[in-house]
Amino acid sequence: MNVDWTTFWPRIVEATGETITMVVATLIFGSILGIAMGILLFITRENNILENKVVFQVLNVIINIIRPIPFIIFLVAISQLTRLVVGTTIGTAAAIFPMTIVASFVIARVVENNLVSIDPGVIEAAQAMGASPMRIIFTVLIPEALGPLILGLTFVSVSLIDFSAVAGTVGGGGLGHVAMTYGYQRFDGSVMLVTVVILIIMVQLAQWIGNTLSRKIMRR
Amino acid sequence: MIEFKQVSKTFTLGKREVHAVKNVSLTIEKGEIFGIIGFSGAGKSTLLRLVNMLERPTSGSVSIQNIDVSTLSPKDLRAQRRNIGMIFQNFNLFNSRTVAGNVAYPMKLAGMAKKDIQQRVDELLQFVGLADKAKDFPDQLSGGQKQRVGIARALASSPEILICDEATSALDPETTADILRLLKKVNRDLGITILLITHEMGVIQSICDKVAVMENGEVIETGEVFDTFTNPQHETTRRFISSTEQDLPSPKLLEEWRAKGGTKLYRVIFKGYIASDPILSRTTRKYGVDFNIVYGSVSELQERFFGNLLVSFEGEEQAVKQVLDELQALVEVREVSGNER
Repeated sequence: MNVDWTTFWPRIVEATGETITMVVATLIFGSILGIAMGILLFITRENNILENKVVFQVLNVIINIIRPIPFIIFLVAISQLTRLVVGTTIGTAAAIFPMTIVASFVIARVVENNLVSIDPGVIEAAQAMGASPMRIIFTVLIPEALGPLILGLTFVSVSLIDFSAVAGTVGGGGLGHVAMTYGYQRFDGSVMLVTVVILIIMVQLAQWIGNTLSRKIMRR
Repeated sequence: MIEFKQVSKTFTLGKREVHAVKNVSLTIEKGEIFGIIGFSGAGKSTLLRLVNMLERPTSGSVSIQNIDVSTLSPKDLRAQRRNIGMIFQNFNLFNSRTVAGNVAYPMKLAGMAKKDIQQRVDELLQFVGLADKAKDFPDQLSGGQKQRVGIARALASSPEILICDEATSALDPETTADILRLLKKVNRDLGITILLITHEMGVIQSICDKVAVMENGEVIETGEVFDTFTNPQHETTRRFISSTEQDLPSPKLLEEWRAKGGTKLYRVIFKGYIASDPILSRTTRKYGVDFNIVYGSVSELQERFFGNLLVSFEGEEQAVKQVLDELQALVEVREVSGNER
């Protein structure tokens, strides 16, 4: 049973909008949390500007516990918490919550890895000039790592498009939901094809934006 | 100005204790260029970082203008650090900032007005000879230019002290000479006290007033560069000197000289004005002795001559002895023994 495309297009447009909302909202909230956690991980490392073994170990262990869990399982596992925070487990808002949690842990690692690659000599120079730890975070660490950081965030947003499709299958809405309902359960190959094409275009677009931005910042 | 009092620094690496600095006492006077020389691992880099508390002493104290810097609160320490410019072997410039942005950074930290910063950045870049590079990024510059930016940035907060961590070790000889001239200018024109560490005797020789030689965390010899150079007390110091001075030919050459029936060699050391006096030719002529300069050099050290020559004398034994006696009254003369090194 095939859908009638003259009436089905608005449904596709709406679903695309939902997917974009999920990805962008998750990217924003996840970046805020993830960048903060990544910086905290980095500065509390041994011999770093605010060395703190306890904070580092606690964060490190939490991230290592959450990250290996497959997203679809994580999504279901924390559904009670999602209901508590968002009020429901169905819909776009309900998908954003678990996506943000997973994204922030992934971003924390990405941020940490990028900060580790900064020459420690540059941080030492800032210290020698009398910069406070806060000053160093905002005027040295972030600007020095920004180019590769944006590439890292681009990588994360591409996997978020993937996550949003997964969330869609368990009631999250968006293109994933459409693809599963019409393409998979009702065997409509044309719907499947259209959603796949839209997803590919979104990934290409995200990658292009990320590459352009980071190139501009790294001036290369 | 800077005083190290019985300073020690011990690192714990796993279960091993590393004594990087051992009981060092040194005084650096205002306006001096003081050089610390040592092979790598001698502890000089740690000693330098004790000045601005990038490393904290395990025992002893480091005072700047009679203030023990290890007792300062974090806030006061940051203020004190603005009085101590620092430059590095690998320059450590901010790659995300332009040349002007790098130089402006310490002034932004100090909360200077934007207009004043702009003006001072221009002045500083003029001073280091990079006025045309203000808008460039560090990765567009050569090593020497990067170090000039490093120097301009270190001077931005108008410090009284500049500390240099192997500032020329990553540079070629010509660029090294340029940077050393610039450091001398910083010292002379701005009256900034400079404490530098290096493993190159040439750096000490060309700009330092005083030197301390470090080995295994200890200062083994210290004094005026001229005195230390011309009369080294310690084996390690001699090794550093022989790296720039033609002190002694290689053992192979010496052996060849002796095998060919060469006569005894004497080391004749001239210091200061005496080097401009033709005493060698005068005394040998007087006693009818020939002399032959086999090896050596005359160089300038701290704007004084320093000659270090290996000389052989040919003539009557008695006459040679008289020549030696007469020379000995004027300059330092030593017989070179077979195993001198």
